[in-house]
Amino acid sequence: MLQVRNLTKAFRGLVAVRDVSFDVAVNEIVALIGPNGAGKTTCFNVISGALKPSSGSVTLGGELITGLMPEQVAMKGLVRTFQIVRPMRAMSVLENVMIGAFARTADVGQASEIAAEAVRGVGLESKESALAGSLTLPDRKMLELARAIAARPKLLLLDEVMAGLRPFETDRIVEIVRALRASGVTVLLIEHVMRVVVALADRIIVLHHGEKLAEGEPSKIGANPKVIESYLGKRAKLS
Amino acid sequence: MKRTLRPPLWPAAAFFAVAAAFGPLLDTFWLSLLTLVFFYAFMGLSWNLMMSAGLLSLGHALFLGLGAYAAAVLTASTGVNPWLAIPAGALIAALAGSAIAWIGGRFSVRGVQFAVLTIAFAELTRVLFDNWDLVGGTGGFFLKAINPDTNRPLVTLRGGPLYFYFAFLVITAMAYFVIQRLMASRWGFRWRGINEDEDAARALGVPALRSKVLVVAISAGLAGLGGGLFGLMQGSLFPDSVMRLQLSIEVLIAPIIGGLGSPFGSIVGAFFVVPLMEFSNVLGQRIGYYGLNTLIYGVVILGVIAFLPDGIWPRVLRYMNAIRAA
Amino acid sequence: MTTLYLNVIAGGILIGVVYALIALGLTIIFGVMRIVNFAHGEMVVIGMYVGYGLWSVTKAPPWMIAPAAALVLFVLGYALQRAIVNSFIDRPQHSQFILFISFALMITGLHLVLFGPDPRPISMIESMQSYAIGPLRLDVVRSQAALMALVFIAVLIVFLQRSTFGRSIRAAADNLIGARVIGIRVPTVYSITAGIGMACAGAAGALVAPIFDTQPFLATDFTLIAFIIVIVGGLGSLTGALLGGVLIGLSEALAALMISPALKTVFSYALLALVLVWRPNGLFGEQER
Repeated sequence: MLQVRNLTKAFRGLVAVRDVSFDVAVNEIVALIGPNGAGKTTCFNVISGALKPSSGSVTLGGELITGLMPEQVAMKGLVRTFQIVRPMRAMSVLENVMIGAFARTADVGQASEIAAEAVRGVGLESKESALAGSLTLPDRKMLELARAIAARPKLLLLDEVMAGLRPFETDRIVEIVRALRASGVTVLLIEHVMRVVVALADRIIVLHHGEKLAEGEPSKIGANPKVIESYLGKRAKLS
Repeated sequence: MKRTLRPPLWPAAAFFAVAAAFGPLLDTFWLSLLTLVFFYAFMGLSWNLMMSAGLLSLGHALFLGLGAYAAAVLTASTGVNPWLAIPAGALIAALAGSAIAWIGGRFSVRGVQFAVLTIAFAELTRVLFDNWDLVGGTGGFFLKAINPDTNRPLVTLRGGPLYFYFAFLVITAMAYFVIQRLMASRWGFRWRGINEDEDAARALGVPALRSKVLVVAISAGLAGLGGGLFGLMQGSLFPDSVMRLQLSIEVLIAPIIGGLGSPFGSIVGAFFVVPLMEFSNVLGQRIGYYGLNTLIYGVVILGVIAFLPDGIWPRVLRYMNAIRAA
Repeated sequence: MTTLYLNVIAGGILIGVVYALIALGLTIIFGVMRIVNFAHGEMVVIGMYVGYGLWSVTKAPPWMIAPAAALVLFVLGYALQRAIVNSFIDRPQHSQFILFISFALMITGLHLVLFGPDPRPISMIESMQSYAIGPLRLDVVRSQAALMALVFIAVLIVFLQRSTFGRSIRAAADNLIGARVIGIRVPTVYSITAGIGMACAGAAGALVAPIFDTQPFLATDFTLIAFIIVIVGGLGSLTGALLGGVLIGLSEALAALMISPALKTVFSYALLALVLVWRPNGLFGEQER
């Protein structure tokens, strides 16, 4: 589904992402992890078109999408959420999600139905008419997720969607992501909450200082000394 | 099936019907005043449309002026049918708007800078028109006076006070319903999304550049249409009167005072602001101080914006809802 | 022929320095409060009337009167900010815009009521004189205005760099939350900044009173010129306002000479449009892209 090759992104001397390559197969759930500042969100930004790469390529479903604008990438089926949620505050929950739905249909009635379904899916139906600006953070995260889902993505990029949530809310989202995968969606997620990563991910990719450090199944990654070192430092040991 | 809440259209339709019915009953003074009200209501609707996508226009007089000059020059100099000349003017204005929106979008000129860009284009065009002989330059462009006995308003699109009252009423009603329709459509959602958070909207597939160009093209086209009719009404055009910054500012006072959120706010605003202007003028003349009208006008506007931050119409709606709930 | 060009260039630079002072006031207000003062030109005209008024009474040259005009406008700016504008800081841009438009209308209306629409020229002996420096003939009035403007600008820069209060202003401009955390009283900083910004406008107004005949409707032209300079130079950039002012003064003078006086503003607007497209944050503004 997604092929990232030799992706490099430099900001005037600071290389945020260096020569990163990885694949995400159709219907996989892949987690992108790494300490803060490893370049994960920058990867997302380049993949989704918000930033242009300094070099390298991104292919979606066999089609080269490097350098396309965010809206073009989204229309091709790659939808992302933001680490710091970005609700459209003066619009209602339903209206917010409808904007996502309008990526797939021009008809207002249809968009409204798709949106209502997505809102139900994340459990916000009681707040459907509330203004997005009045929501709590967990609800805003659900909104962001519903909005992305309404855009009927083939590949969904979730950027630290669990951050700041309580355990039962996290579990909710894990269920939703599993249901998404069951319906055919491919998921690439950035996450710090290891419980979630282990529960969801088929594969894990580890970034450190902008480079790919390791890649593989959760059990192997957990035992990888280089990974442990990147998080905990050279002298740490896991018993 | 859930539908998003749209304001019912019948109250507005009733309003326009009543206004139309009153027309033949009014004397010239009231007709002229209300014609001006509907002109500013129409221009306010057009300006407000761009604002829904977050695009602040401080140069709307450019589109007005282009429409006015196009309509006047085409009908007078080249004898073109006014029914074609006015839409032609609207088209020219729409093209100008598209160009400005495209430049703004392509080069990421946003916020204050975009507003200043609109001023720059308006002023540039005004000075160029000042020096363009075809349109009469600073000397002005004049339409031949119509003969009230032989003129047929629906042919020349010019006429007396009652005709222009209906003309502006009709286009205002038309603009209102068209804009309501647009805002309830996919485009309306996209424009509001761009206004709220452009990057988030783009990440959901909203085509930013295309959306901005479209909303400005429509907004400018409408302004050109209103300008065309205005030009035919005035009969004499000067770059300094139809393209100046002060006019651009006058155009936006009504929608902001009336309330940006809903199109009806622009109409309410015009009904407040235009009589206020006239009242200040009359009072100023009575008391005998030149400039008193400007002072009064400014004070009232300050009062409204200070105490009714969202404008008049939202406050009225809140009262009506509160009464209904009680 | 070259002498003509040199004199025109010199004249353009001189007036440009005064324009820079006007623009400085506008850019300081924006830099600190992120507010666009659309009534800036009206403040300049207040300064012009103060200059004209004090000149008619004392017959003192305007460059001496300018500090008085600065003081009057400082008080006015401070009062307006404290009383009204501060409560508009968090309001949407269009609300702020209408606020300043209402100020502009009230000020112009007041000027018309008090002084009438007729232009009030200042005729002094110096208006006809010029300094001779080699082949150059520098207008005495313009030279004095430019020199005095430079004094104001220098004082302002020293104040901002050296004084405690100046540092508070710069802190608030840089990092609002941080400034609050360390105890800076932001509303007071805003009020003083507004006072300073208006004072620049007022001083410049008094300085140009003998150059342009004082009348209420000049306000829009001053507002527009200030905006052009500030956008070209970069919103919030002091260097930008300074160099931008001189650039615009210069280009207007040259355009009037080389193209035509009627089209001189076309050049400035074309330059503005170009800068907006190429570097929207101005020549000296923050480069985001």
